[in-house]
Amino acid sequence: MYLKCAYEIREKYLRKDMLPTIFCPGCGIGSALQYTLRAIDDLGLNPDEIVWVSGIGCSSRVPGFVNFDGLHTTHGRALAFATGIKLANPDLKVIAFMGDGDTAAIGGNHFIHAIRRNLDITVILINNFTYGMTGGQVAPTTLKGLRGTTAPYGQFENPFDIAELAVAAGANYVARWSVFNYLQGINSIKKALQKEGFTLVEFLSPCPISFGRRNRMKTAPELLRWYQKITVPLSKAKKMPPEELEGKIVIGEFVDRDRPGLAREYEEYKKRAKKMMGWEG
Amino acid sequence: MKYPFPVGRSDFIQGDEAIARAAILAGCRFYAGYPITPASEIFEAMALYMPLVDGVSIQMEDELASMAAIIGASWAGAKAMTATSGPGFSLMQENLGYAIMTETPVVVVDVQRGGPSTGQPTLGAQGDVMQSIWGTHGDHSLIVLTPATVQEAFDMTIRAFNLAEKYRTPVVLLTDAEIAHMRERVYTPNPEDIELVYRKLPANKEEAQYPFGNIHGDMIPPMPIFGKGYRTYVTGLTHDEKGRPKTVDAEVHERLIRRIIDKLEKNKEDIIAYETFDLDDAEIAIISYGIVARSAIRAVKRLREEGIKAGLLKLNTIWPFDFEMIEGIAEQVNRIYVPEMNLGQVYHLVKEGANGKAEVELIPKIGGEIHTPMDIIERVKRGV
Repeated sequence: MYLKCAYEIREKYLRKDMLPTIFCPGCGIGSALQYTLRAIDDLGLNPDEIVWVSGIGCSSRVPGFVNFDGLHTTHGRALAFATGIKLANPDLKVIAFMGDGDTAAIGGNHFIHAIRRNLDITVILINNFTYGMTGGQVAPTTLKGLRGTTAPYGQFENPFDIAELAVAAGANYVARWSVFNYLQGINSIKKALQKEGFTLVEFLSPCPISFGRRNRMKTAPELLRWYQKITVPLSKAKKMPPEELEGKIVIGEFVDRDRPGLAREYEEYKKRAKKMMGWEG
Repeated sequence: MKYPFPVGRSDFIQGDEAIARAAILAGCRFYAGYPITPASEIFEAMALYMPLVDGVSIQMEDELASMAAIIGASWAGAKAMTATSGPGFSLMQENLGYAIMTETPVVVVDVQRGGPSTGQPTLGAQGDVMQSIWGTHGDHSLIVLTPATVQEAFDMTIRAFNLAEKYRTPVVLLTDAEIAHMRERVYTPNPEDIELVYRKLPANKEEAQYPFGNIHGDMIPPMPIFGKGYRTYVTGLTHDEKGRPKTVDAEVHERLIRRIIDKLEKNKEDIIAYETFDLDDAEIAIISYGIVARSAIRAVKRLREEGIKAGLLKLNTIWPFDFEMIEGIAEQVNRIYVPEMNLGQVYHLVKEGANGKAEVELIPKIGGEIHTPMDIIERVKRGV
């Protein structure tokens, strides 16, 4: 795959007057954003037909930095706003940039219902196991024993596996990578953007400042090395006994299917309504 | 265009049904809702009609999501509405604040029932007045309309959309279980006779660069809706005229919030609607709104028959509030009575407006029953 230089991508898609970003040194959001923009660029999508939505959190600031239509909404609600955008104008392609707390805690209900409806959207999920913006509290994704400011002695709750949750709720496409897996990441986003229905690409993403420092991984390289250690490719995981998978995170493409998306279902519903009512319009 | 209900004639329908029909005639093409008594019939009517008029009706997972969805739809260019009752309205406050901050035209119907909490699901009340104005956090303003009849519920729904679009603001139609479930004759005009307003759009790309700027001097920025190549960025954070977050700049915050408030305050004359009955020579004023105003009219008639010079001010808009007008009335009359189905909400606004120039007395009633005319008459006579 030919990769354009990052400068070219930046020039083409970012709002210069919004730079610099709010992201800390070593943050992985910029990488995931770059992959997303590369995917859009590679596919030759028209930015005028794309709307970015987000909730609240570090990753939710992304729609401000990209030169597209964007709706930076309330905490956890991005997908509910997106439902209105997509159904009111199905010609628009909607991309959501969300964090793990935003998605799986405060927005958990919106998340599973958006997937159940098969809302046509591509969600880029930044999973850094923490609430970075507010200073490193534990999240619903924080693995047991890891520390955050609200579980200073180590997380005692069980984590959500967001990708598995999305598969179970009925998403059309779900993949998970760490930001270290850049080619897989870009390819997954390209796939996701071309499909109808709900598509999710989750990235394990370093947050050295709020998360790493509290867990003896002060720098991004240390976190990336940790990802390398704890991630297991799906093909390999399938052959592993459950006890060996304890504390590991499976990466890969979890599902790729073609159930009709919400926008198409609603178009069909309108036709059915008119037919049932003998309605010519 | 064909409509899935009779137009250009009268029909005998519920308040909830009237609101749904009026919304469709006002151009509403996106409805998101969540079932709740006593507002569910609005949703059910929308669910029946919307697909037939190429609109959207969708049941969301909760009221937080309903409110969010209509805001999203509005930015995608649709006139959008949701409806709920107290418990759901509480959940909507978060994104109602977002709609205010992002100047998004939407209509929210709150069919009041007894509260707090689950309270009295099937009985009317007027306990959400303060919530409809001040329920969301922070300094702000919005428009709140209060119908007293099913016909008014119909007419004010159309007005709610027009005001929302004209001023780029959320509008709350504050009604109650009594009006929502009551059947009355409603005249539905021919669609071509209904005056409709659609939001001001940017005239060009240059104007679209300032989605939150007072570029026309009327404090209402044109709305660069999504998908037109404007590359609009919308955020609930404090933002400058271009929509860029400026979260620690006191001047930017003050300029934004003051404009959001002033665009309604400075247009009070256009927004505030009221009716008076026998108020010109009155010595006693009754100030009422919503379903209770009907008993108040009856009370005024009876009091006049008995030689007591009573008059009524019926508020059709309760926010923005015309404090000056209340002071004018207070200067004229000896006493003002405020009957409402709560333990005192508009009463406090009236008292502030009266500014000590007349005594203001509350006639409260809670529990689900409407004031009878006698409730008001007896109380007034006691004071004479």
